[in-house]
Amino acid sequence: MRAFALVLLCASFWPQSVVFAAADSGEIQTRESITDRSIAIPEWKDWKRVFLLQDYNTRVVILGTTLLGMAAGMIGSFALLRKRALMGDALSHATLPGIAIAFILATSLGLNGKSLPILLTGAAVSGLLGIGAILLIRNLTRLKEDAALGIVLSVFFGAGIALLGIVQQMQTGHAAGLESFIYGKTASMVATDAWLIGSAGLTCVLISILLYKELTLLCFDEGFAISRGFPVVLLDMTLMGLVVVVTIIGLQAVGLILMISLLVIPPAAARFWTEKIVNMTVVAIVLGALSGMVGSAMSAIFPNLPSGAMIVLVATAMFLFSMIFGIPRGILIRKLRRYELNTKVHRQHLLRGIYEYLETRGLLNEKQISETTLVPLAALHQMRSWSLPALKKMVKRAQQEQLVETIGRDQLRLTDAGLQEAARVVHEHRLWELYLITYADVAASKVDQDADAIEHVLEPEVIAELESLLVRQSTEGVLQSPHAIEIQQENTSPRRPGSRRTT
Amino acid sequence: MSGLEQWSWFLDGWIIVAGILCAVSTALLGNFLVLRKMSMLGDAITHAILPGLAAAFMISDSRSSLPMFVGAVIAGILTALFTEWIRGFGKVDEGASMGVVFTSLFALGLVMIVQAADHVDLDPGCVLYGAIELTPLDTILIAGWEIPRVVVVLSIVLLINLLFVICFIKELKLSSFDPALATTTGFNSTIIHYTLMTLVAITAVASFETVGNILVVAMFVVPPAAAYMLTDRLGTMIVLSAILATIAAVTGHISAITVPHCFGYHSTSTAGMMAVAAGLLFVVAALFAPRHGIMVVSVRRQMLAWKILAEDIIALMYRIEERDPHQKPDAAYLREVLFSRPVPTMLTLRYLTRQGQITEASGNYELTETGRDRARQLVRSHRLWEHYLVEHAGMSTETIHKQAEQLEHFTDRRLREKLNEDTLDTDQDPHGSPIPPEDELR
Repeated sequence: MRAFALVLLCASFWPQSVVFAAADSGEIQTRESITDRSIAIPEWKDWKRVFLLQDYNTRVVILGTTLLGMAAGMIGSFALLRKRALMGDALSHATLPGIAIAFILATSLGLNGKSLPILLTGAAVSGLLGIGAILLIRNLTRLKEDAALGIVLSVFFGAGIALLGIVQQMQTGHAAGLESFIYGKTASMVATDAWLIGSAGLTCVLISILLYKELTLLCFDEGFAISRGFPVVLLDMTLMGLVVVVTIIGLQAVGLILMISLLVIPPAAARFWTEKIVNMTVVAIVLGALSGMVGSAMSAIFPNLPSGAMIVLVATAMFLFSMIFGIPRGILIRKLRRYELNTKVHRQHLLRGIYEYLETRGLLNEKQISETTLVPLAALHQMRSWSLPALKKMVKRAQQEQLVETIGRDQLRLTDAGLQEAARVVHEHRLWELYLITYADVAASKVDQDADAIEHVLEPEVIAELESLLVRQSTEGVLQSPHAIEIQQENTSPRRPGSRRTT
Repeated sequence: MSGLEQWSWFLDGWIIVAGILCAVSTALLGNFLVLRKMSMLGDAITHAILPGLAAAFMISDSRSSLPMFVGAVIAGILTALFTEWIRGFGKVDEGASMGVVFTSLFALGLVMIVQAADHVDLDPGCVLYGAIELTPLDTILIAGWEIPRVVVVLSIVLLINLLFVICFIKELKLSSFDPALATTTGFNSTIIHYTLMTLVAITAVASFETVGNILVVAMFVVPPAAAYMLTDRLGTMIVLSAILATIAAVTGHISAITVPHCFGYHSTSTAGMMAVAAGLLFVVAALFAPRHGIMVVSVRRQMLAWKILAEDIIALMYRIEERDPHQKPDAAYLREVLFSRPVPTMLTLRYLTRQGQITEASGNYELTETGRDRARQLVRSHRLWEHYLVEHAGMSTETIHKQAEQLEHFTDRRLREKLNEDTLDTDQDPHGSPIPPEDELR
């Protein structure tokens, strides 16, 4: 337990140190081949021990990380919507000089430089200074948010490292491990830590519930908030102050990287599941709590899995799941919606093609489907710029929906249902064309394409509106096309005299 | 006691050279990161290369630097790639997708390492401060010269970056400012983007292996941001950022040696002080930059405010005079009408007196001849504008005063003549006040 806690706390700050130190030490003789590095499956009693929270240590760690996940999820939601997801990253780096200065001051005043309240105060002060600097850069210069975050992060951290270089030369201080002392020890969390996290997290959650309306407004429409007289700068400071509090508590308890990920990943995952901010915060809280709980439980069950890293990986897994399967914003559902729309568009194109083919040859007699109404596939292929395989696929799908039936290899005809649907589709297309010609002054020769873009997504109410708006040419049946329909194959067929031009 | 007694051109010279090479090669690419609003990428990559290092370590079973380097660069490129994917497919905001990717990769790397080596002896100190101080100790022999390995590696990186920036400056510029236009003009901005990301990863890994990550993160953002405050031209910005990075590297190392001595300590971390020096340069640039600096902008704004107040005062006095030639207003009366604060009003009145536009007699003010001329022009502008707004902008007579009040301060003689031509020939404004002539009839 202690071994990987140590790995976590050091590595969370200096990634390269782990590898290089591991490599440099040359003490890794125990390694076997890659295949032997499997994770041992724990026994039943281990599972039982963890799930019933029998260990004091496990209980505290799971409770603490769960609470932290909840608080971070809530605050992180606002930070994410404010497009400041990486604020936690910048702030946690910005605390370093504060910690060093607090240690130097406390030691020179004869106090214990390593007492937690002193160091946390230093961290908070320097975090707030960092916020101030970010706000100043963002509001007073022409630099953007990301540059402000990057500048504050690197310069404050550089100052912190320079100060730590001095701290290590101090005679009075036993400064060794000062930075790791503050930067995380998930697995060795004690009850007081959990209580600290719990109470501070609860305070943050309460504050953000109280300011819910204001913070929402700030996230979505800053300009409107200003015009309504809300103290926007103050609210911004409050929000960032909440981020500071959560970050610092979390830093001390679980480490830098874990803290950043708890602020970013659960809210980002929650975003895939909802369009409402209330739901988003709730989902983010649940996801944060879940990743804290599951991650630390897994780390307690399996040997050799650092709890901080496991929490991040559990959260990432949830994020990936949400990104793919989330409704209504996940990738799959969006792809599915697009696929459905495409299918619909194709079906309508096919039906309209058949209808216009029949219409231009005067074969639409009294809705009677006779033997003469066969449509050759080749003729349809000429009508639009669609490939033959794609056309065949559309025909197949339409056949399954019983809109057309195929006769032989390359002839087809409409069923009754197909004819009705085709008449409706053509009618809506021409309604929209007519509207474009009459009201939008689109040239009649161009109108076909423009109507094509929108006819598939017209709502029934819009159709009704169009019907009443446009004077119907005939009292019943399908509208005549306002323009000539191109017939590439047989140009000899007479153009209908009824092709009106309303312009 | 300055601490410079122990200065050695051999040791400190190489350290400074390494610092400059690292700072300049990072800052070159950093310009485009800042312009593309991806400043945090340097930070993300330096955290996210951990699984690459771990994988290289596990596969090659050695700690030789080449596999590690390759592994880290691949992980860095993957970071940029995943960020782009999550942003594109998942419609997640750039910062958040970066945060998701680098924390996840880092955690993955951590688990891999713990699985790979049961016993990892940790010494956070060894790379914490960046190993830039150790630069001169690890040398290789090139053409009879003992040159630190770091310097060789960084020179190569710098050369590649320079070539890239010089050869593709046009493409980089276009794809940074208008990717859509870039794509329509026929070259693929995606390819440029990923080449840039690859170079960023290579530069980050190469510098960070040698000089520590803090310097990398700082130099990616701070010198370009400072240069961005100083200029509007991309070429100038790139050159300036390189110069600023050099200055930061030199002063950083010198102050790392000297500053702690003032407080009775030995030298401190060079990389940290270089970041701080860059930060100070940024603060100076942000405050005093000639066009966009905070000081310049606020002074310009203050001057404008005073100019407008001065003009408001004399225009008001002209109107008072017009109504009642014998009334001479005092400061309190002017303040009350103009809703201005006491100190600026007093200062402005004093300024106007010194300019000879008004005279003061026992607390009451009166326009001089010059002042009256200036005031007449202002009032003429105001009333002409009112006229114009009613006639051509179709505004009602109640709402025009405020608009004309703003426009009168930016109207010169030519514009007044144009306004006079464009409005109906009348000598009264819509409220019925007379429009004064351009020059007083003598």
